[in-house]
Amino acid sequence: MSFAKQALFVDLATGKAEAKPLDEKMLKDYIGGVGLGAKLWLDNSKQGVDAFAAENPIIFVTGALTGTISPLGGNGYALVSKSPLTETVCAAKTHGFFGAELKQAGYDAVVLTGKSEKLVYLWIDDDSVELVDASRLSGKSPQETAEAIKDEQEDCYIRVSAVGKAAEKLVRFACIINDDQQVAGRGGMGAVLGSKNVKAVAVRGTKDVSVPKYKVFTEFVENVFERMKEPQARNYRHLGSSDELIALNRLGALPTRNFSQASFDKIKNITGESLKFYVQKVVGSSTCGLRFDCLATVPDGKYAGATANLKFEGLWAVGPLCGVDRLDAIIEAINLCNQYGLDVISVGGAVAFAMDLYENKILTDKETEGLNLNFGNHEALLEAIKKIGNHEGWLGQVLGGGTKRAAEKIGKDANKYANHVKGLELEGYDLRSLETAALGVAVSSCGVCSGVYARLFDINGKVDSLKGQGKCVAETEDLYNVIDSLILCKYSSRVIDGFKDMAEYFRLATGFEVTKQDLIKSGERVKNLVRVINVREGKGTRSDDALPWKITNVTVSDEGPSKGAILTQKELDSGLDDYYRVRGWSNQGVPTVAKLKEMGLSELSKFVEKQK
Amino acid sequence: MSENKDKKLVNCDASKCTGCRICEYACSMKKEKTYNPTKSRIRAIRLNPFVNLAVSCRLCEDAPCVVACPRDALEQDEETGVIKVDEEKCNGCGWCIEACDYGALELHQETKQVFVCDLCDGEPECVKWCPEGALEFTSKDDVSEKTRITAIKKLFQNALKTE
Repeated sequence: MSFAKQALFVDLATGKAEAKPLDEKMLKDYIGGVGLGAKLWLDNSKQGVDAFAAENPIIFVTGALTGTISPLGGNGYALVSKSPLTETVCAAKTHGFFGAELKQAGYDAVVLTGKSEKLVYLWIDDDSVELVDASRLSGKSPQETAEAIKDEQEDCYIRVSAVGKAAEKLVRFACIINDDQQVAGRGGMGAVLGSKNVKAVAVRGTKDVSVPKYKVFTEFVENVFERMKEPQARNYRHLGSSDELIALNRLGALPTRNFSQASFDKIKNITGESLKFYVQKVVGSSTCGLRFDCLATVPDGKYAGATANLKFEGLWAVGPLCGVDRLDAIIEAINLCNQYGLDVISVGGAVAFAMDLYENKILTDKETEGLNLNFGNHEALLEAIKKIGNHEGWLGQVLGGGTKRAAEKIGKDANKYANHVKGLELEGYDLRSLETAALGVAVSSCGVCSGVYARLFDINGKVDSLKGQGKCVAETEDLYNVIDSLILCKYSSRVIDGFKDMAEYFRLATGFEVTKQDLIKSGERVKNLVRVINVREGKGTRSDDALPWKITNVTVSDEGPSKGAILTQKELDSGLDDYYRVRGWSNQGVPTVAKLKEMGLSELSKFVEKQK
Repeated sequence: MSENKDKKLVNCDASKCTGCRICEYACSMKKEKTYNPTKSRIRAIRLNPFVNLAVSCRLCEDAPCVVACPRDALEQDEETGVIKVDEEKCNGCGWCIEACDYGALELHQETKQVFVCDLCDGEPECVKWCPEGALEFTSKDDVSEKTRITAIKKLFQNALKTE
């Protein structure tokens, strides 16, 4: 079976490492990935733990398919911990080669607890596990760290998942990067690792990952590879996922200049032919087969040599969101984020927020230390990123706390410009034009983690109100919970046909007798589990399911299909009512004892009994 | 044309390879019934995202690995050029591994004997699976011909454009 059936527990204070078995029922019920990670986090944490406390566990977790030849799913892993941005349980998932190596070392998950006294890296060489002094790696980028560890251990096949300087400085949206360009970006998982004095996890695995029946599994996998040859799967090979910018722009759903507009007038400068000029090669992760890591390099000029893996989200965050239309500067901005180890989406969100405040005179040259933070000023953007990454100056320190905390600190009307949900900066979809997605984002467990929320398009005009959309959101959430627990690529929907295919995939890899219905229930179970965790942490009730001020108070003014779109609080409320009802939760958004019993989660009832 | 040029090998086109390692997984599945790149007869290397290549046995003439073996455990098939390992004789000393310039031989972690690409009896599994068409089962003669054409196209790219 494709699970290693054990997890590695490491106490960072003592260096004690122990592999403990994971029972089959847990693997079957929680699937792996995000589901298993959330369960392991709950089992190893205490109520009310601070995200930066030694007692906050951080979990590296792989999926059932990780380490096999599976296209779209053979390479993933997720990080699960309490987020220093949202203070809810958060999962950042990513791809590359690290996850497969971890499974081949014989672990489904690694649970890190405690805090190391000195900066260390965790070195997992199959059964041998040790903490190695990393003082000399302090301040180094994730890429430099990986190279240094490979040199030190004299093995180029070692896979490294590392943090940069920003995490060491506890910037709240610091990320973790593996295999050069693969980013576990959202929710500040890197900052959690930084708070534990862990610079990196390095792994070398040489063990077998097996499936029960090779022939049938191979036939299934071959079939998926065949489907990838279809045109709808192939078009990512040219310019990665950047084409989404064009589509959203046309729909009037591309947040521009901190959600002041919903389309970018200079879109041509950063997409299509303009983009093609910079793209050198499109590669993919281990056994991916689909590949859309769009590697771009700046050939000359001020930013010559800057390289970035251009994906839709990053391109958007430091592009249209900040009003920047110069691709060389955008590539340099993403490059800087990678070197400091910063989540480029949150960086874009925080800088765009500051730009909005500057243009509205809430921030002045005094606070920005002379930086002209006007929209579109790419030089100011790059300076701001350096300040955040180094955690220096008033601006760097305030923005490094995340948009929500920055708004609280700045006061005045700053919160009206802060576009976050639960503390996590929004992604590149204007929620006023995409109302069902807005409901999905509002009720998501950790703000807006990619793929965790329902991303459904219903351009304004077709849908007047969110009434009746609860079912749609809940079903999509269950689907994405399974995708994220199997750790399939979020673009897999073009070749994997929903629950039916996923149940087959899961069954063939593990040998578990799992039906489509079982898997749907597991998706729902994961949602309830995560919601109860957030209830336990005081972050999982109706008042937390809120949307930013601009979304509920300002209409889209751009000419085009979404003109006039807005999502009022009243509409959101009716959507929430409907969603909670469909979920079988109280009207305050708390899972009921009966619901938990139905999900096989009765042991969690104690956390909801006193709630409304 | 020498006979060696006719022998077909698994050749990787670096401009197409993305380092995805599907070849390694396919090989270990076919040969070992498990997923384990360290048991693959072809190894993919990604030095950085731009530099990728998969390497397996090059079927050298007067193969250095065969010469290096002190126990005569290796033999090269005259017709196909494939290196055959005699399990009775190989004691895993690893001289052949050192002699190979390409790192094409490896020591099996369980059997403690060397293993090397055998071209799957003329139907290499890795070639079948490569999603980029980067792997080809081809003769060295074909490889050189293709390389020449690519080089000339590059050299005269401007002339070709104006046609």
